[in-house]
Amino acid sequence: MVTVTDIWHWLEDVSDPEVPVLSVVDLGVVRSIKLEGDSAEIVITPTYSGCPAMRVIEEDIRAKLADHGISDLTVTTTLSPAWTTDWLSENGRRKLKEYGIAPPEHEVDKSVLFATPTVVPCPLCNSRNTKMVSQFGSTACKAHYQCNDCLEPFDYFKCLK
Amino acid sequence: MNDNLYSYTLRIADDSLILGQRLSEWCGHGPVLEEDIALTNIALDLIGQATTLFEYAASVQNEGKTADDLAFLRYEHDYKNALLVEQPNGDFGQTMVRQWLFDTFRVLFYDALKHSSDTQLAAIAEKSLKETKYHCKHSSEWIIRLGDGTDESHTRTQAALDQLWRYSEELFFMDETDQAMIEAKVGVDLEALRPLWMERIQEVVREATLTIPTNNWKQQGGRLGKHTEHLGFLLADLQYMQRAYPGMEW
Repeated sequence: MVTVTDIWHWLEDVSDPEVPVLSVVDLGVVRSIKLEGDSAEIVITPTYSGCPAMRVIEEDIRAKLADHGISDLTVTTTLSPAWTTDWLSENGRRKLKEYGIAPPEHEVDKSVLFATPTVVPCPLCNSRNTKMVSQFGSTACKAHYQCNDCLEPFDYFKCLK
Repeated sequence: MNDNLYSYTLRIADDSLILGQRLSEWCGHGPVLEEDIALTNIALDLIGQATTLFEYAASVQNEGKTADDLAFLRYEHDYKNALLVEQPNGDFGQTMVRQWLFDTFRVLFYDALKHSSDTQLAAIAEKSLKETKYHCKHSSEWIIRLGDGTDESHTRTQAALDQLWRYSEELFFMDETDQAMIEAKVGVDLEALRPLWMERIQEVVREATLTIPTNNWKQQGGRLGKHTEHLGFLLADLQYMQRAYPGMEW
């Protein structure tokens, strides 16, 4: 007998297509799971409005559940409450850092112009002597930083609140 | 169908789509790699917002149309975006002035729309606001850097402001659609946003050592489907595949 807990467990193997080290559960994209008899409903939420990974995530979730014999599945996308980096699990933050992406720090005050950018420790050498190269990085959810000590260029999973 | 809600949603969606399309023209042409990536990131956010808004407009319209139908298969006069967002990219200064005038408005607009009694519009606003704040910080900082930069960057940015200022007034355009939506507690009273917008614009203008044009001649019409000559060319690009191969899917 399949339970909702089983499904949460299976989804820990479904990775984000753009940050493959994170599962969709770590990322906080899966909001809820309902199960009635043989039919399941999974609610997901996008990180950013234009996130091109959402459709792939939906397909991957379908494939994963089909592997476990659940084909009667509804995947619903919800916008509210809006996704925030606070939903990234502790496990997810640890995995990001190991992968070389700095996890989100405290929020930069977006209304203050030329505010000192958040200090983001280098994921490679842990130095706090780093600089922001660009607020917009390789994907919508990342900014581009560089370490002044070990010179490593790295992605920062930017704070969204 | 609720005509006012449909029109209201479409105006927001068209602003996002057309500006997103304009910004994506920079892809591969940015002045530096980081800026190329930033402009296309912002374009992606805008097109993402447009997608959700078109999906909602299509569901309000209830004629079996999809978000893609609304984006790709309307004629020029059916687009209700403000004239500002369809203006050509010009140089980087023009692109940034256009973006900053719009972003400053959009942050205030979404901040108000997130209290809408329409739960879907409120959800879209709440989501989009977070992204738009990043856009606004980016464009405002560029205006200051360019305006208070070299003689060349100052001259060009001032010229862009002189050229685009006439289109800024239309962001606050309101008609009976807006009135009906305000009465239904769905829409935003744009008149109330105007002084806040002006305050933020002036703050940046001062820092940037720029001057707000004294010419008060204003141009509007986009909200009613009367566009500048630039929109047609933009749509020819945007709609090419669907016009040449109707119903084509990837």
